[in-house]
Amino acid sequence: MSDQGHPGDRRAELKQLVELTDISADCGPLADIPLSQQIPLPPPFDKLEDEPQPTPLTDAAKEKYECELDGTIAVNIPKPESKEEEERLVKSFLSGMKKLFEEENNWIFLKPLVISAEHCAKCQTCSDSCHIYEESGGAELYRPSYRSEIFRRIYHKYIKGESEWVHGEIDLNWKAVARLIELSYRCNLCRRCAQTCPIGVDNALLAREIRKVASQEMNIQVKELHEAGSVLQQKVGSSTGMNDLVLKDNMEFIDEDTEEKTGIKVETPFDVEGADILLIHNAGEIMAWPENPGAFHTLFNAAGLSWTLSSDLAAYDGINYGVWYDDVQFARTAMLHMQAAKKLGVKKIVLGECGHAHKALTVIADRILAEGLNDIPRESCMTVLLDIVRSGKIKFDKSRNDFPVTLHDPCNMTRLMGIIQPQREIIEAIVPAERFREMAPHGVENYCCGGGSGFAIMSGHNFSEWRHRFSGRRKFRQILEAFGDEEMTKENPKYVCAPCSNCKGQIRDIISHYDAWEKAGIHYGGLVELMVNAMVDAKPDFIDWEWH
Amino acid sequence: MHVIPYLVAYAALLVFAAAVVGRFIMFSKMPQHLRWELYPVAHEGGGKAVYGGSFMEDFEWWKKPRETSVAGELKVMIPEILFLVALKEHNRKMWTKSFPFHFGLYMLTACTVLMVLSGLLRTFWPDLEGGALFKVLHWVVLVCGFGGMILGIFGAIGLLIKRLTDRGLKSFTSPADIFNLVFFIVAFGFSLLYVVLFDRDFTTVASFVGNLMIAKFSALPMAGNPGLVYAVSVVLLSLLLAYIPLTHMSHFVGKYFAYHAVRWGDEPNLPGSKHSKNVPDLLNQNIGWSAPHIAGDGKGKTWAEAATENPAREEEK
Ligand code: SF4
Ligand code: SF4
Repeated sequence: MSDQGHPGDRRAELKQLVELTDISADCGPLADIPLSQQIPLPPPFDKLEDEPQPTPLTDAAKEKYECELDGTIAVNIPKPESKEEEERLVKSFLSGMKKLFEEENNWIFLKPLVISAEHCAKCQTCSDSCHIYEESGGAELYRPSYRSEIFRRIYHKYIKGESEWVHGEIDLNWKAVARLIELSYRCNLCRRCAQTCPIGVDNALLAREIRKVASQEMNIQVKELHEAGSVLQQKVGSSTGMNDLVLKDNMEFIDEDTEEKTGIKVETPFDVEGADILLIHNAGEIMAWPENPGAFHTLFNAAGLSWTLSSDLAAYDGINYGVWYDDVQFARTAMLHMQAAKKLGVKKIVLGECGHAHKALTVIADRILAEGLNDIPRESCMTVLLDIVRSGKIKFDKSRNDFPVTLHDPCNMTRLMGIIQPQREIIEAIVPAERFREMAPHGVENYCCGGGSGFAIMSGHNFSEWRHRFSGRRKFRQILEAFGDEEMTKENPKYVCAPCSNCKGQIRDIISHYDAWEKAGIHYGGLVELMVNAMVDAKPDFIDWEWH
Repeated sequence: MHVIPYLVAYAALLVFAAAVVGRFIMFSKMPQHLRWELYPVAHEGGGKAVYGGSFMEDFEWWKKPRETSVAGELKVMIPEILFLVALKEHNRKMWTKSFPFHFGLYMLTACTVLMVLSGLLRTFWPDLEGGALFKVLHWVVLVCGFGGMILGIFGAIGLLIKRLTDRGLKSFTSPADIFNLVFFIVAFGFSLLYVVLFDRDFTTVASFVGNLMIAKFSALPMAGNPGLVYAVSVVLLSLLLAYIPLTHMSHFVGKYFAYHAVRWGDEPNLPGSKHSKNVPDLLNQNIGWSAPHIAGDGKGKTWAEAATENPAREEEK
């Protein structure tokens, strides 16, 4: 990334013009995108030269890990020690790729995969819909179809033995494999590009399939998603490392703290057999945003719902990182969630404010549940909260939320589940109409926050900077545009409502990267916090405008 | 000799049909994949499809009868097929070339179907010949035939130029992509040349198609250059017809499944559903992935076993 400090450097710009065949080239990083290539943000962040300068990778990292893609590292692939090792890894990659196309090994996604592997018209319609490509100033490497086309060419040449004349040139070596795996982690899996593809080809699915080959065959994973993620969750109960005892302690503390803030007594029920609802939060909320579960529990109690948390392994953490990289890890966590619900005999599972947990258990796990497990429906907290609002059991005073509010649509809830209106109807009931503004575009056409597919929790080396500069930049732009008519100072605080734990983490990180709380008064939080903030029976000022 | 064009045309039709049907069967026989829908889902009822909403927006959705709308699907599918709406909306520059190209193909298909219809009418209701219906049919055939070839050539040339000049497309273009477009231009070009020079009212073409219908291999009254251009056109068009479904241009089949089975495949798995019945068979297949946390390779482990074991916990204990 040595050129990034020199806007306009010709060499750096030329390096963005990568060809597909460069993936196997022995030429150092394929892209080195200077800040000068990026589109300036709206005011007050409109001076590219004032943006935080990117930090180069350390020499130690360069020495140890494969880093010839674009000057950052997501996956930490150790450099092979010998040519033989490289060859073994390439073979392993091909063996995994072959398995992707075998019914027995990939019945899970075979049909969508074959469609996407065989029917791309190479029209590049998908490019303009991708926030990463757009915010990179059109870097070839970040075209949604760049990685897909490499995947396809390898598939046609090395798996099907077809001609390069038909499918295009490609050479497979270790550099290509390492770069392709790393490149599969330059996509948020948001599927915005799939929505615009005239054929129905799905670049996100292909990125995920590449991640699967790496994980399921080559044992190459992103540490934050695997060891410190799904494995930790299956080992101790939560990817936060929190076991059931710590969980109960934390919840006791949250109950007390919430009661102090609202003046309403709240006691979190655990393992109540026969409760109507098993509520599953993203455990990150319990650790990082305790006001969120506190608000949930206050609302559920006030509405008189019959509900419980579970303290069973993994059942108090709705995360399921397998959805981003590994079908088996995904299925294991989903099974643990379902078994806990079965054990308690609840009528339904309600997912808290976590988009990927919603999609994982409600949609993707749906067709792995045999009779006996598929009788416990999974529901979004959005519809349950809306039902509370509609029931009139809780009185809300909109004037308590008298500050500018915008709503972020988590991709998993909206584009991938079609849950668009409930959260808007709730906001209508708790925020003065003139204070609410939509982002453009929103709903089913929203942009990803930039933290999708695991990025929000991936911060190794300088990856978080990459995330802010490329994947998160469009969301920040949208936020600034949504508040464009407001005074951009801390004295005029503004609220980005992000009803998803990962999105919230990502938005927190972008705000702090640009120091947007201090400089523009932009704050963030979930939906239930806004609800309790407007709850007539609660003490005012539930939302804490201090930056933590 | 005059039989050859007929035989070539039959062979092409056969290859085309077999390849398309084969591809349909291939996709249909693939196992039930996991839900991977993408909103908007066109068949969502209750006015939700307009903004991309789903049944999951309803409180306790499983207690409500599902509202789906075939009309909603048709409302999206028909304009999409005919006018390539997604491309128009998201890539106007490409659409100005791709739309005429595809619409040209549709017009040529319509032209052929109408010629078949005329042939059938002529055979079974000879009295109608010369009547108003035949006149209308004749004009529509001419419009579709000429229009289809002109639009097809125009679109294919536009696509070819774009492929060769646009940087974003160029590096993704293989020699076969260029060959395919040139193939269209040449095949349609020859056919256009033939009808413009020798068969402006499509008499011979219509007779040829009519004969194909009833397997009558009579010689068409042509000799010299017209005969040659005619034969070359038939052979080129036939080869093209057979070639299309053998390439990625069979995306019309893929697109059907991409929309119906994947993007719109939102049917939930409730107790007693067809999906839940498939689950045990799918999960009882062996898993062959080799990474240590799965350790499936050659061990005879099933997906069900892999999904319900917890090696991380075992290790912890
Ligand atoms: S994925 Fe779709 S939009 Fe993108 S190049 Fe392929 S066909 Fe075009
Ligand atoms: S980030 Fe989203 S739009 Fe971009 S390639 Fe990935 S799925 Fe497509």
